[in-house]
Amino acid sequence: MFSTEIIERTLDEILPRVQKPGRYIGGEFNQIVKEWGAVKTRIALAFPDIYDIGVPNLGLAIFYDSINRRDDALAERTYLPWLDMEGLMRERSLPLYSLESKHALIDFDILAITLPYETLYTNTLNLLDLAGIPLESKDRSAHFPLVIAGGHAVYNPEPMAPFIDAFVIGEGEEVIDEIIAAHQAWKSSLTSEKSQLLSSLAKIPGVYVPGLYQPVYAADGRIKTIERQPETAPGRILKRMVPRLPAPPTRFIVPTVDVVHNRVAVEIMRGCTRGCRFCHAGFVTRPVRERSVEEIINAIDQALSATGFEEIALLSLSSSDYTQINDLVEAVSQRYAGRHLSISLPSLRIETTSVDLLERLRGNRSGGFTLAPEAATDRMRNTINKPIQSEQLLETARAIYSRGWPTLKLYFMIGHPSETLDDVQGIVDLCTQVMAVGKSALGRRAALNIGVSTFVPKPHTPFQWSACDTPEIIQEKQRLLRNGLRQPGIKLSWTDPKETMLEAWLSRGDRRMSAVIRRAWELGAKFDAWQDQFRYDAWIQAFQDCGLDPAFYTHRERDEGEIFPWDHIHTGVRKEYLLSEFRNSQAGVLRADCRDQCYACGILPEFSAVRRENPGPYWMCPEVAPRREKTPTP
Amino acid sequence: MIRIRIHYSKGRPQRFTGTLDMQKSWERTFRRAGLRLAYSQGFHPQPKLQLASPLPLGFTSTSEVLDVWLEDEKPPGDLLQALQKNLIPGIEITRIEEIPLNASAIQAIGETARFKIGLPPNVNLQQLQEKIADILSASSIPRVWKGKSYDLRPRILNLYVAPDHHLLMMELSARESSTGRPEEVLSELGIDPVVCSIERTALIARENNQQIVFGLDPV
Repeated sequence: MFSTEIIERTLDEILPRVQKPGRYIGGEFNQIVKEWGAVKTRIALAFPDIYDIGVPNLGLAIFYDSINRRDDALAERTYLPWLDMEGLMRERSLPLYSLESKHALIDFDILAITLPYETLYTNTLNLLDLAGIPLESKDRSAHFPLVIAGGHAVYNPEPMAPFIDAFVIGEGEEVIDEIIAAHQAWKSSLTSEKSQLLSSLAKIPGVYVPGLYQPVYAADGRIKTIERQPETAPGRILKRMVPRLPAPPTRFIVPTVDVVHNRVAVEIMRGCTRGCRFCHAGFVTRPVRERSVEEIINAIDQALSATGFEEIALLSLSSSDYTQINDLVEAVSQRYAGRHLSISLPSLRIETTSVDLLERLRGNRSGGFTLAPEAATDRMRNTINKPIQSEQLLETARAIYSRGWPTLKLYFMIGHPSETLDDVQGIVDLCTQVMAVGKSALGRRAALNIGVSTFVPKPHTPFQWSACDTPEIIQEKQRLLRNGLRQPGIKLSWTDPKETMLEAWLSRGDRRMSAVIRRAWELGAKFDAWQDQFRYDAWIQAFQDCGLDPAFYTHRERDEGEIFPWDHIHTGVRKEYLLSEFRNSQAGVLRADCRDQCYACGILPEFSAVRRENPGPYWMCPEVAPRREKTPTP
Repeated sequence: MIRIRIHYSKGRPQRFTGTLDMQKSWERTFRRAGLRLAYSQGFHPQPKLQLASPLPLGFTSTSEVLDVWLEDEKPPGDLLQALQKNLIPGIEITRIEEIPLNASAIQAIGETARFKIGLPPNVNLQQLQEKIADILSASSIPRVWKGKSYDLRPRILNLYVAPDHHLLMMELSARESSTGRPEEVLSELGIDPVVCSIERTALIARENNQQIVFGLDPV
């Protein structure tokens, strides 16, 4: 047992020996420390990477705020230590602890882990191990904290299924209170069987208890069926969705060591109506819900005076689509001009009005202007459903350069389904044209940064039936880009195909993948998202040791009838709709913005009752007519 | 525009906050307090803040001094009130004064600094006293810091064990060109600096032949 006193004393001894010790002591402005003994439920919120990456995470900030508002619960934070600190902790057997009160994680009731992306999986095992918590749910008695996880990655929870007691599918703002209630009821009941807790959690909509499900595989490795035990476990888990976005958090932690984002972040809108077929976020976060300009401004005001941050980020998947974007930009620029604040508005549409917007907002043109065309030929644009015109991109680039922005950054993606080398050459040609436009606008050489990522077919998107390019093909495409874009003024960056493979295995994996994850971690894989730490060799070895073929997950086109490992997880968007979009993609048929016309993706019928109770313009789906009162039959 | 000087102490919660991060934290403290910082001119305007003599990571201090240029011309009492509830944990303001806009930077006029070192319980005081006597009677103590050799002895102005306490006191040179480091003195004494708690108790400057002592050190 490690008391808080022993943990603090050990920290005193080891912290002078590590880099950036400020990561490990907490005590930041806006930290909330509640009396440990005065609450019923203690929750540790974990981001499975280092402090510098974890502190700015908006998801955890929401839960930190909402849980600590309750009188009967507390939330404290924990992050992974960097290698030097981990070494010393293991040497001294110091368990992972919370920053606020320095309690060991095993002393908490619930350990809640956020998994926004897949390359945090080995870190999650490392986190459990450092906390002294058995890795697998079946090995954890009721004395250990309940381990729950949520975030965008867990829309396919299967690769992490054995390690997590319960997953939260979808938006957690409301469901967290229901989980706390279930935990409190269980704690005060006479039984202390963990199975009782798990079965009561399984009754909460949106909560997936993987231990109650067992995939059965066919001889060829594909899933035959997913069995449930007991039969009463829900056959499909529909994601949670908040009908109205609750008030955003404003009392952000203000770190005293430098972290990746030091800023007030306000989500102006959730969801996206564009329907780009590669975009996981665009499908899992439907429907689109907006906050009002007034609510956003109030939140910024409060957050600025609560934090003193020098940066504001207005977050959404597609800023230009925010209905009141002009009013918002007007209000923000008027209110915060001349206060030495830097304001960012990412994800702008490729049109000259975006240049106007950012000009009004920023007041200066320092930094670059970022656009994401994603594809460069019309055929590819029709395939991915992102129909932009090259002329429009060039016109926008001209406006950006001629109005004084020093650099333009363009994001592309290679490896889209059916992409050929001609389509990749299209990226080279388009960027060459952008350079020419820049030169004519500036009278000298323009600066262009190009980021080219590689497509991974994500679950719950129309491309979930597609295969991923092989590393050889990816390399060939990247070679073409490097050769074609070796031009003065151009900076090109791309993703290592090995990293793409890892992302693909983990995002498309079934439950058997969990053994690979565990084995890779045993072989030393961790911090997979850090280029200098990523151990491809360990992963290949792990696949071999587990007798699985990596290509089965990445390079196989799926039949239309295939049962996906994530099929029992429901985002509200129907599988038939995704399939029709997949076919549209193959036929090159576009689907316009669904604000203009509903294409019946399935969200509205699934959440019709919610929409009926929440009419009005902050939700972008069509209205649902009020239910007619049934006349009682005599 | 006014220039104010804030005398403050930096306690254990902030002992791992470096000088640049401390400066950032102060900027944010002023913004939370709704006080407008003056900015430098130019393409990348920066708020005008000056921390005297950087404090090494891991040290606490009762002798920190910060100069700030403010657009808000308010009396020190009002400023103190506005800042008080926005301070980060571990920071306590002992005094705020308005000083002339063109006053010398403390960094430029600093001469020495005093330190109070909490020794681990297993230190043999008898042996320690002997080593101190050796150091003080030596004419030079050659050492190497970050690959450069230098003489530590002239940078030690005073060194003694506080009577009845397990405390080692030292006064070291604090000029920009020659800084005495408590860790170096401790190493010379055969004590691992990592196991000690080190607090800076005073910064001593000299201007126009007058000694100015910053800090709570009673001398």
